[in-house]
Amino acid sequence: MLVHRNGHPLILISRAIGQRFLAVAISMVFIWSGYASAEEPEAKRVLAIGGAVTEIVYALGEDDRLIGRDSTSTFPPEATNLPDVGYIRALSPEGVLSVNPDLILARENNGPPEAVDVLKSTGVTWVDVPDDFSVEGVDENIRIVAEALGVPQKGDELRRRVASEIAAVQQRLDGVRTQKTVMFVLSMRDNRIMAAGFNTAADGIIRLSGARNVIDVFEGYKPLSDEAILKAAPDVIVTMAGRGDHGADDEQVKSHPALGRTPAALNNEIIQVDGLLMLGFGPRTGLAAQQLASAIYGFES
Amino acid sequence: MLGLALIVTALLSLASGATDSSAFAVGYAYFTGQQGSLSLVERVVITDIRAPRTLLGILIGASLAVSGAIMQGLFRNPLADPGIVGVQAGAGLGAVTFIVLGTSILSPVSAFLGIYHVPFAAFLGGLATTFLLYRLSTSNGVTSVATMLLAGIALSAMAGAITGLLVFVADDQQLRDLTFWGLGSLAGATWTKVAVTAPIILPITVLAPMLARGLNAMALGEANAGHLGVQIQPFKRVAIIAVAAATGASVAASGGIGFVGIVVPHLIRISIGPDHRYLLPASALAGAIMLLLADAIARQIVSPAELPIGIVTAFIGAPFFLGILLRRRSLLDI
Repeated sequence: MLVHRNGHPLILISRAIGQRFLAVAISMVFIWSGYASAEEPEAKRVLAIGGAVTEIVYALGEDDRLIGRDSTSTFPPEATNLPDVGYIRALSPEGVLSVNPDLILARENNGPPEAVDVLKSTGVTWVDVPDDFSVEGVDENIRIVAEALGVPQKGDELRRRVASEIAAVQQRLDGVRTQKTVMFVLSMRDNRIMAAGFNTAADGIIRLSGARNVIDVFEGYKPLSDEAILKAAPDVIVTMAGRGDHGADDEQVKSHPALGRTPAALNNEIIQVDGLLMLGFGPRTGLAAQQLASAIYGFES
Repeated sequence: MLGLALIVTALLSLASGATDSSAFAVGYAYFTGQQGSLSLVERVVITDIRAPRTLLGILIGASLAVSGAIMQGLFRNPLADPGIVGVQAGAGLGAVTFIVLGTSILSPVSAFLGIYHVPFAAFLGGLATTFLLYRLSTSNGVTSVATMLLAGIALSAMAGAITGLLVFVADDQQLRDLTFWGLGSLAGATWTKVAVTAPIILPITVLAPMLARGLNAMALGEANAGHLGVQIQPFKRVAIIAVAAATGASVAASGGIGFVGIVVPHLIRISIGPDHRYLLPASALAGAIMLLLADAIARQIVSPAELPIGIVTAFIGAPFFLGILLRRRSLLDI
């Protein structure tokens, strides 16, 4: 147990928070100086943790330097040939070290913290990539990964490409008169609906596609009652395709007691999407937004 | 003999892992004072990953098995395990509370406690539940084990309901954390955890045989134990507090690891008999061995990833236990 001899608990807490900020500031200076020094040896054995991080490495064409991935990194398909160091939140320090990385690019929600602390103490370069379901987040993540890999020019190219893809979608959306409402159904096992609320990747991609998430009362993915579904009355229902029990086809949606009576089901506005593409928020975000927007508003893509 | 087996298992645990760092090379280098010849990764793997992990495995395995043996003796019930005094439900609730609310409402507290806020909350939750249960089942200075058993079920249900509520508000990432926490793992072993748990678990495990005479007497029933000169009430209090502290510390350090507390004492009882003077130390050693072996499997089988250890202990423990149970069922009556 921690015993502090001096100070009111609140002061100690604020001091602890202050130390956090100081630590972050110091590490940012270190990261910055790391980028600044050109003579830094290039990492040759890169471990990517987090699906979006792995996708960015592939999109930058630097995949020949990848020597491992985590279990959430399943795109592109050839990534699955790499050794898997386990789930991003349940990393094993020795497992990670056994693939002998000299650079670890990790999506920010990694863990457990004890294991990550041990890994950082080994002197392997560790770069945190923020978790952010927005266009700015994607842009920033590409920049961070490209800098860490020492290929900032390739990074700028990729950022421009992604930005222009997203801009193209937004341009088309300018012509849309009435915004549609969307319900994102994550799974419907036993007819129980898990829908996406705000602060989710699904919410982010719905916004990018020029629509409005019909569920704005809760955060994350939660079960939804039949009455709540009828009350929400979405114009469009989006389900995930081809992920075992997550997937739901049109028939399932239409035969559901509540979903089947929504405007979406009655007007046949049911869209099946590739979950990895839609929820990844990696370099394919522009493509995902374009596909979803086309499906929602009936553009020819 | 069990002591020897434990030493062998501990060395095995130090020597095996996902990287090919050799424990013997590192030991030799330290012994001859040539630490400089080792790579940083080699040193970290042996001294900061495998060594604390092995020690933590020994401590937790021993504590779970001894606690199980004490509880089975105290409650005269072959199904009793450390969870019966409400420690696990309470610890689970503490951990879940911080996993789910640690980043929002309780963030000042978790910032203050740093990365150890979840283990700390688990320990506190376990102790608080035990204390509550003890107060509920004690009236006029007499603790009724039957009331404790039933009140324990009620409190666990209560803790389960609150946990369920927290699970409902949890986001996806927190849900995955909860699942992994519930299955237990030694992957988060650090020297800090060893330093915090050892002062609690080590004395309890080593001094547990002092409870042996009382537990042997309790087998004849509480009244008879009293006639044999056992101070029933202080004895029960000491036994319950010891188990709660040891289990709380174990659950806090490694999450919920099931099965060791039930299987190991029964295996020992079947092989050397129910005399607690030998049962308690033998259970400690066997528990440590079982957990180290399970951990060795957990980190090798899907390398470089690793399985939660609770899966392995149940996978090995359950069939093994069933086999022995079916062959020698008459010996299982306590």
